[in-house]
Amino acid sequence: MLGYIFRRLLGIIPVLLGISLLVFTLLRTIPGDPAIIILGERSTPEQRAALRTKLKLDRPLYLNFEGGNVFESQYVTYITNFATGDFGDSIKTRQAISKELKERFPATIELALSALLIAVVVGVTTGVVSATKRGSLLDAGSMIVALLGVSIPIFWLGLMMQYLFSVKLKWLDPSLRLDTSLHGTFKPITGLYLLDGLLLGRFDITANAFKHLIMPSLALATVPLASIARMTRSAMLEVLYQDYIRTARAKGLSARITILRHGLRNALIPVITVIGLQLGFLLGGAVLTETVFSWPGIGRWLLDGILARDYPVVQSGVMFVSLVFVLINTLVDISYRFFDPRIQFK
Amino acid sequence: MATTEPTITNKPTSDQALLLRKPRSLWSDARRRLLSSTVGLMGMAICAFLFAIAIITPIVQPLDQTLNRDTANKLQPPSWLMSQEERADAAKKSIDKARKDTPWGRFERPFGTDQLGRDIFIRVLHGAPISLTVGTFAVVLAVIFGSLLGLVSGFFGGIIDTITTWLMDILLAFPSILLAIALTAISNNRESFSYKFSQQITELPILQTIFDPPLFNAMLAVAVIEIPIFGRIARAAVLSVRNQEYIHAAEAVGVSRMRMLMRHILPNSLTPILVQMTLSVASSITSVAALGFLGLGAQPPRPEWGSMLSTAREYVGTGQWWYALFPGIAIMLTVLGFNLLGDGLRDALDPRLKH
Repeated sequence: MLGYIFRRLLGIIPVLLGISLLVFTLLRTIPGDPAIIILGERSTPEQRAALRTKLKLDRPLYLNFEGGNVFESQYVTYITNFATGDFGDSIKTRQAISKELKERFPATIELALSALLIAVVVGVTTGVVSATKRGSLLDAGSMIVALLGVSIPIFWLGLMMQYLFSVKLKWLDPSLRLDTSLHGTFKPITGLYLLDGLLLGRFDITANAFKHLIMPSLALATVPLASIARMTRSAMLEVLYQDYIRTARAKGLSARITILRHGLRNALIPVITVIGLQLGFLLGGAVLTETVFSWPGIGRWLLDGILARDYPVVQSGVMFVSLVFVLINTLVDISYRFFDPRIQFK
Repeated sequence: MATTEPTITNKPTSDQALLLRKPRSLWSDARRRLLSSTVGLMGMAICAFLFAIAIITPIVQPLDQTLNRDTANKLQPPSWLMSQEERADAAKKSIDKARKDTPWGRFERPFGTDQLGRDIFIRVLHGAPISLTVGTFAVVLAVIFGSLLGLVSGFFGGIIDTITTWLMDILLAFPSILLAIALTAISNNRESFSYKFSQQITELPILQTIFDPPLFNAMLAVAVIEIPIFGRIARAAVLSVRNQEYIHAAEAVGVSRMRMLMRHILPNSLTPILVQMTLSVASSITSVAALGFLGLGAQPPRPEWGSMLSTAREYVGTGQWWYALFPGIAIMLTVLGFNLLGDGLRDALDPRLKH
């Protein structure tokens, strides 16, 4: 088991190297001199040359074949810097990227985790109830809703929710993580405002953060929720007609225990696969949700970086997101063993 | 493969019946199953409806109609929500002097008007050919490249397999919409090869009514993110059939590798690819719309649903809900249609998975 985990984690490295090569190459294919972008059109050639030397942009791209150390190249600098946690500075805001990441990553995590929580709890429950009440009106109804759910464009859903709950009913706040009046009134510990409010005893912050969080996380949860509900239903249906379920009922176990302990547990594997796949969707969908709700997370930040041609942000940000993404997928793979001991790893 | 076969046990006569029955191919069986499933039929109906709109709209009404401005009547709600007086008033204000004295009908502007007084209904209709073409094109490209990669890597194995699998893993290791955003942003640079290429393409007669260069690039980007999905499916399908006896038989009688790949392996890998194609049209349409929404795809005034939503977004806060509502419903209906069709196809082609 440990060996397997180790090998899986080791397998991440070539993928990450590939990603870094891809990002690096893509960025270098954009016409335009980064030195001009940073310094502006009015800079002198000397200033630009100095900056290029400072940022090591005067080095060869991939490997140095012009004599000297082979590894004195832009690409090698980029990956060694990334590996040592030196992400560089943003061109646009001139802030250290690691600092921005630290502020924005928790925002995305808070959004994605709450969306995941909603999706799993509601999705699995709906799936189980649908499967046990197969053919009922409830089953048909929830599956139609689920079908609509997987087909809904989340950015549109977000807009419609904003209209309904903020503009029309004025119940919830349409954007940001907190009311502006609360900004800077506390020092975040975890960066997850719901949690920070509780830890600091500032329940006004938790309540306010919740009011801001609920709409974006619901919007983001919709598609995963619908897929999870559909998958749970079909996995449960497959399991519920097995002999051991009949045996469990025959030996006098209640329907509840049979369904939960004998049914759901065995139906979980395909459900977990879907949940794992949806984690990726959550990270990607966060770009759209964060845009609609002006959520100061990593997706929105990366999008702005890409649009503003902020190379360091894109280079480090994409690598960071991919790293998280690949790690999550690997963990999901490993977790199969935990949920289904029959799976053997060689 | 037929599921409708009579049970052959204890009934000697049904053996004869089976022999006498005209043999049905896998495809005709699948067709029968598709036509008898509610999900599949609904999907087909929705898709047929949308394709009909996509074909008829440009014929009945040229694209310029979407640009008809009626600036005095901007941001009007759907006309069936307006009172008699409001409709008469709208007609009086209208730019169209000939219509001045006849009040608007109940369904004159069924989806309301946008910030320039254009008819949202007409624009949504004209979005259909755009989204359907974009979705189909993207998937066709992804299928060609993806399944070719998958077939080759699964069939030949070895170093080719290692490298292609690695490449696909890399593409799958990005959150896909992020990769599409990055690719679109990069290729929409006026000096890039891709932009120049798409400028050429978008000057062709029919294509110019569908694409503008940024939209074409967005479609290419979406095709790229769909490639590894097809690559994986094709590879898995090849691996599952390549050790079947009929492949060994073909090998034994000296069939060339190319012929074996194309005649024996590809057709037997087709089912999952076909199902995925349908589902991918749905996801491609959403992705292209999302890019449009972010301002990276189609540019105004092209009536692409995503970029319409991008403009409509500014009016949600001020209460003009209809502007955002209808393009969104159009996207959802299209995606729903293809998802239903995909589900139906999967049930029809692979009855083992059916519930």
